[in-house]
Amino acid sequence: MAQAKDSFIEIESAVVRFAGDSGDGMQTVGERFTDSSAFAGNDIATLPDFPAEIRAPAGTLAGVSGFQVQFGSREILTPGDAPDALVAMNPAALKSNLPDLPAGGMLVVNTAAFKKMNLAKADYETNPLEDEDLRKKYHLVEIDFTNMTKEALAESPLKPTDKARCKNFFALGFMYYVYGRPLDTTLKFFQDKWGKRLPDLAEANTLALKAGFNLGDTMESARNRYQIAKAPVDAGVYRKISGNEALVYGLVAASKQAKLELLYAGYPITPASPILEGLSALKHFGVKTIQAEDEIAAMGMALGASFTGKLSVCATSGPGMCLKSEFIGLASITELPLIICNIQRGGPSTGLPTKNEQSDLLQSMFSRNGDSPIPIIAAHSSSDCFDCAIEAARIAITYKTPVILLSDLYIANGAEPWLIPNVSDLPDLEVPFADPNEDYVVYKRDPSTLARDQAIPGQIGLEHRIGGLEKNEEGGVSYDPNNHEEMTRLRGDKVNAIADSLPPSKVFGDVEGGDLLVLGWGGTYGAITSAVRNLRTEGFPVSSLHLRNLNPFPHDLCNILSKFKKVLIPELNMGQLSLLIRSKYLIDVVSYSKVQGQPFKVAELSNKILETIR
Amino acid sequence: MKTAVTGEENALNKKDFVAPNDVRWCPGCGDYAILNAIQRTFPELGVPKEKFVVVSGIGCSSRFPYYMNTYGFHTIHGRAPTVATGVKVANPELSVWMVTGDGDGLSIGGNHLLHLIRRNPDVNVLLFNNRIYGLTKGQYSPTSEVGKKTKSTPVGSVDYPVNPLLFALGSESTFVARTSDTDMKHMVETFKAAHAHKGTSFIEIFQNCVIYNNKTWEPVTGRESKSEQSLFLEEGKPLVFGAERNKGIRVNGFDPEVVTLSENGVSESDLLVHNSKTSNPAYPTLLSQLNYPTFPTPFGVFRQLEGRQTYESAVDQQVAASKSKQGEGDLQALLTGSDSWVVE
Ligand SMILES: Cc1ncc(C[n+]2csc(CCOP(=O)(O)OP(=O)(O)O)c2C)c(N)n1
Ligand code: SF4
Ligand SMILES: [Mg+2]
Repeated sequence: MAQAKDSFIEIESAVVRFAGDSGDGMQTVGERFTDSSAFAGNDIATLPDFPAEIRAPAGTLAGVSGFQVQFGSREILTPGDAPDALVAMNPAALKSNLPDLPAGGMLVVNTAAFKKMNLAKADYETNPLEDEDLRKKYHLVEIDFTNMTKEALAESPLKPTDKARCKNFFALGFMYYVYGRPLDTTLKFFQDKWGKRLPDLAEANTLALKAGFNLGDTMESARNRYQIAKAPVDAGVYRKISGNEALVYGLVAASKQAKLELLYAGYPITPASPILEGLSALKHFGVKTIQAEDEIAAMGMALGASFTGKLSVCATSGPGMCLKSEFIGLASITELPLIICNIQRGGPSTGLPTKNEQSDLLQSMFSRNGDSPIPIIAAHSSSDCFDCAIEAARIAITYKTPVILLSDLYIANGAEPWLIPNVSDLPDLEVPFADPNEDYVVYKRDPSTLARDQAIPGQIGLEHRIGGLEKNEEGGVSYDPNNHEEMTRLRGDKVNAIADSLPPSKVFGDVEGGDLLVLGWGGTYGAITSAVRNLRTEGFPVSSLHLRNLNPFPHDLCNILSKFKKVLIPELNMGQLSLLIRSKYLIDVVSYSKVQGQPFKVAELSNKILETIR
Repeated sequence: MKTAVTGEENALNKKDFVAPNDVRWCPGCGDYAILNAIQRTFPELGVPKEKFVVVSGIGCSSRFPYYMNTYGFHTIHGRAPTVATGVKVANPELSVWMVTGDGDGLSIGGNHLLHLIRRNPDVNVLLFNNRIYGLTKGQYSPTSEVGKKTKSTPVGSVDYPVNPLLFALGSESTFVARTSDTDMKHMVETFKAAHAHKGTSFIEIFQNCVIYNNKTWEPVTGRESKSEQSLFLEEGKPLVFGAERNKGIRVNGFDPEVVTLSENGVSESDLLVHNSKTSNPAYPTLLSQLNYPTFPTPFGVFRQLEGRQTYESAVDQQVAASKSKQGEGDLQALLTGSDSWVVE
């Protein structure tokens, strides 16, 4: 409950959205606000939302870039359904974001941008700031960020155009005042980024940030200040991490734990490129990266490296996955370990390249010729990408198989605090290669995992051939009908055997069963868990289960599903997990789909859950 | 206990490279001769047997790895260059040989071949050119001559063919050569030269498909025509050919022409002298366009440029440089980063 304390109003959580032109630096200020909040001890979750065009014409609706962050003194699992405060740097940003701002919300606008030309670019016939209804409906705060920034930087040697570009930090400073955020992390950021190279710029941004903060102090309309207590979290060392960063670190950690060199091959594609870029900066960990000519080549290079006994990885998004299909089949039949990360985005085809979706599950399951099952795991949050990278490596190496690791744009770009693990606590992933002192049988299998024995080039006496033609156990090409059926069965059984190694599933809520189980996977974890948590607090008998392993499913899933009267599966696709669950367990689940390029809102899910149990 | 066998110490021989599997090419297929030549070459390279890796795509020619008693990877159609690159970058100590066909390498895999060549990893590429799709039973290929009648082109093909050597030169290949399945000695020599070259070696091998394109190279390499229609390149020697060795290639302006020695006062000193090491691409380009029937077809090493770094060594160098600059990566430090905070 809101309550005054000194000049602050104490609140549990808040959602702030920065919106402006893609050249306005909204992602940067959003990130800084997040860092500052994390540093202040709040839990956080972020949602960067930027256009597909790098620089759409300035001031247009197509060029609007946004960054939303939720921060709070309790566990924050989503970036928030709707902003409590919206900062709009130009008319286009106002137009495209205002519909999301609830009545009474704080609306901060840069008045300097509300000129005739910008208004026209945003299809406004009249200036919305002159609209009385706008003032009535929202808590409107009008600031001329552009000119006030120029004034604050009167003494700076920067060129006028460069001074004007510091206005995003002026706006950030103002929001820091409103939410009582510390400036320290941002000042440090200026120094780290520009202190040496462009000291004038570092100084100008410092001045702009402070001027914005001080403006709050002197402004009548900003009297309300909010305070959010530290979130009660486990003791330890934390950092903020995005999904793609976590994936990069997880892969490097896996290579160390497996004592295998890491080779990564990739082709640039949104939102997977940061993985190629991130790993390319870690050569001192012995990581080799190749920017391939396309996703097919990336997969081939990774497979070649896998043949030589490296930990091989590629990452891409939907269109790149399409290209990799034939090679994934080859990896399946040759039974070589490989990690293929798919950072999902809106499809089909180029689809919504900078928006979110989780619609490649069926592609992961089925998009190969022949019976070629592949293990699939999905990360449920940004920091979970670290654990999933290690789990994917464990499965790949232990079972000698390609593994598909599903992430998505939202968790890849979004960030959250992460309790940094101790390297000494990470699992040992080492698996020996074939013994050169024994006779080598290419498809001899470990009786418990059904994994084949892998011999690597350079080992004396273990020369052998692998390839896409069906083989018999000895590794010879075989067209024998029974052999093919046997090998097909074995490859399938091997993938299914992975389920033997999985821990028990953790139901959130009524472990013994109840009226409704909300079953989810991937990036919807935060929204589903928040909705179920809220409803349980209100006394509704609803529970949830979030799947990491999508192929094979955990052994206990069937039993868990059967304990609930109804199963609801919310997905950011047209019902892909629902189809798998229905066909595998013959349970008529309720599918809830959304494909708007945006995450689920907690309120949407809560409504659907209530509708389903009613 | 198995022991290392190398060319020098324990004298590997051809038998060591013969795989136990039955060879399944059609009787009379040119691929047998090439297999034979490779099995003769490998023991003489001084490379331990376990260090050879043969990678291929899909096609009759690409069955090759199954017949070699080495590490081998029969991959997918057109993509062998990618797997070969991965193998070589991952383990530069391996001797990597890639086998491809005219369809595999220049149709479906043309893009990968381009990128393999420009990256220049130390991979030896053997392109079996039979000017036909063998495995899919006889459709025309990207190297088939215009007007080629096949099952898929009953009234003749209309597309202009690609010249494999010109393609390789256009990709700035550091080693370009041509040999023929009809000439065992020349194949072995060429393969040895390719092995000796540090960087991607591209070798076009004229190969006969007895079933679907029999005698396609006969006018050039056949017993009757060979001396008049083939030109064997020898380093530092003038371009001379003919049964009497009385013909040669001279340039007139930008254009090559066939001249007869001691006719019209032409002497050897008027002829082009073979120099595979010149960095100017004009010369090997001119050579690669000497075609039947106007000109004799050249065989041998067209171009070998030393000095361009191999891809794998550049990658290794960056890794080593990063380690010496930043120190061996510390995982805990990486995970902790520079902006962490402590919760008590
Ligand atoms: C993706 C794909 N498309 C088509 C084929 C069918 N196919 C197999 S081999 C081949 C052409 C082979 O021609 P070439 O590379 O010249 O080899 P050759 O058989 O003549 O040695 C084709 C089209 C295939 N295996 N995979
Ligand atoms: S079809 Fe032609 S290329 Fe293929 S094996 Fe037979 S002869 Fe050789
Ligand atoms: Mg062919």
